[in-house]
Amino acid sequence: MSQILTVANKEFQDGLRNRWLVSITIIFAILSIGLTYFGAAASGSVGITSLSTTVASLASLAVFLIPLIALLLSYDSFVGEQESGTLLLLLTYPLSKTQLLLGKFIGQGGIIALATLLGFGASAILLYFQLGDSAVIQTFALFIASAILLGLSFTAIAYLISLSVSEKSKAAGFALITWFLFALAFDLALLALLVGIENGLTQQGLMQLMMLNPADIFRLVNLAGLDSSDVNGVLAIAINASLSQGQLFSILIAWVVLPLTLATFIFRKKTL
Amino acid sequence: MNSPLITLNNVSKRYRQLDALTSVSMSLNQGEVLGLFGHNGAGKTTMMKLILGVISPSQGEVIVMGGAPDSKEAWHLREKIGYLPENVSFYEQLTGLEVLTYFTKLKGFSGKDAKKYAISLLEQVGVAHAMKRQVKTYSKGMRQRLGLAQAFIGKPKLLLLDEPTVGLDPIATADFYKTVDQLKIQGTSVILCSHVLPGVEQHIDRALILSSGKVLAMGTLVELRNKANLPVAIKPSGLNGAVLEDIKLNGFFCKNTNSLKVPENKKMTVLKQLLSYDNLADIEVETASLERLYQYYLNLDPSLDLNSDSNNRTQRSTLEEAGK
Ligand SMILES: Nc1ncnc2c1ncn2[C@@H]1O[C@H](COP(=O)(O)OP(=O)(O)OP(=O)(O)O)[C@@H](O)[C@H]1O
Ligand SMILES: [Mg+2]
Repeated sequence: MSQILTVANKEFQDGLRNRWLVSITIIFAILSIGLTYFGAAASGSVGITSLSTTVASLASLAVFLIPLIALLLSYDSFVGEQESGTLLLLLTYPLSKTQLLLGKFIGQGGIIALATLLGFGASAILLYFQLGDSAVIQTFALFIASAILLGLSFTAIAYLISLSVSEKSKAAGFALITWFLFALAFDLALLALLVGIENGLTQQGLMQLMMLNPADIFRLVNLAGLDSSDVNGVLAIAINASLSQGQLFSILIAWVVLPLTLATFIFRKKTL
Repeated sequence: MNSPLITLNNVSKRYRQLDALTSVSMSLNQGEVLGLFGHNGAGKTTMMKLILGVISPSQGEVIVMGGAPDSKEAWHLREKIGYLPENVSFYEQLTGLEVLTYFTKLKGFSGKDAKKYAISLLEQVGVAHAMKRQVKTYSKGMRQRLGLAQAFIGKPKLLLLDEPTVGLDPIATADFYKTVDQLKIQGTSVILCSHVLPGVEQHIDRALILSSGKVLAMGTLVELRNKANLPVAIKPSGLNGAVLEDIKLNGFFCKNTNSLKVPENKKMTVLKQLLSYDNLADIEVETASLERLYQYYLNLDPSLDLNSDSNNRTQRSTLEEAGK
């Protein structure tokens, strides 16, 4: 256990030192405060409905940003140390591969989680004082929790990449492709399926397909409060057949645990 | 404690098509220092990695402190093993002290102790003055010293040092060998591999010469010398050509080096004969150095002319001869 904490602490310090925490927090804060403030002003009415719209627009931005940031933060986590030779050295220490992986995950995941909490939390507090409604805290709590899980999920996916390749530049390339696939191409493909196959894809089937993408699960969690008229594209159809928030969260958590387990497995098989 | 610390039984390691090691057997006792020598790509680093358990043998068995180093049970033994990898660049953005504290903690030292201990190690290797600086500002030798400090953490029972003196200045090299001698007295076993042969001899108990993954020779330097039967170079001065007249001596005379090349078993007779001359001013006796032994054994390797590595080697030795 102390080994895990030692590694986690180092990774977290690295995140502080490299200004990751500060930059991510600032990006999220500016984004969310801007959207909250100007979004509400633009729609003219300030109230609960604008709250769900605000969260929806935040979510549709965060769904691109968070995976990108998580992948950027973690893609070189293992391959970088492999290239510099410290990974080999670490493996000769009384430290198991699982401990090293968990330590890194806690440290880097901590950076993402804290930045998400601080960045989006700032606008939650701002909005709370503006509206004086506790629904703000509730809605944002849900949003932040799912955003953190989304970040952790892509951190774990980044580890999969980092452990599967042996060059840093390759890992960067794969990270970019992974981001493109999950954040953009997946929905395009779903749309194509919807349009292409008449009566072929039921709402249920669509739902199930969307569970294959943590980014879409995140979207579903945060758009569920909206009328389907406010949302367009694939999501509108999916929302009508929505799963409960509890189910969505469980699947999102599975999207953290499964890649992490798979990464551990790959790491164990990996030879240096 | 009678059983050896390390045993390799017929160990082979193959990387896809390439045999990095072929049926290597050896053992190392407690408090023993083994020098590992061989050309580039001979398999020295591979052997160390096998002993560390970061790779597993394709054939044969490796036993370190009573168990297989690549097994789960061996993890706690790793507290007792120090390793200096051949090319490692430590976390550049951390300071030397931060790097060493991290590794010290991972070796099982807790919080405050770790830092204090790290500082004392940095003092030992002489980079304490730069410990608050980022590693990226370190010179090559300073990085190497940091790596050594890292290997010395926790007074290991077994030290594996891959080219420890690369980049070290002469004083640091001497200090390093002093540390090795001290550790040896305390019962640490050491395997060190180096391409810089002069200076190593006094500090190793045994030498193992590898070539293309095979053991060419192993034993104490005396054993290796006897087996190789290399001549001793004796250089008398003040005799003014009397050597050429003396039938007991002139057979050994070698014009190039202006000295006598005498087989080990004739050494004493030749020396006595030389001492009988009154005008003998000085006498230099040079037994076969590790370098010459190394060249001798490497030239015995039958695969010498077959693989591409050997071309480099022949080239190198021609260069050396040209330099003489
Ligand atoms: N991971 C690997 N994959 C494939 N081949 C490898 C790998 N590691 C080493 N080899 C090969 O195994 C052989 C032995 O390599 P090794 O690193 O043990 O040599 P060495 O004796 O340490 O050489 P040097 O003096 O240059 O450090 C070399 O031919 C090398 O190319
Ligand atoms: Mg090597």
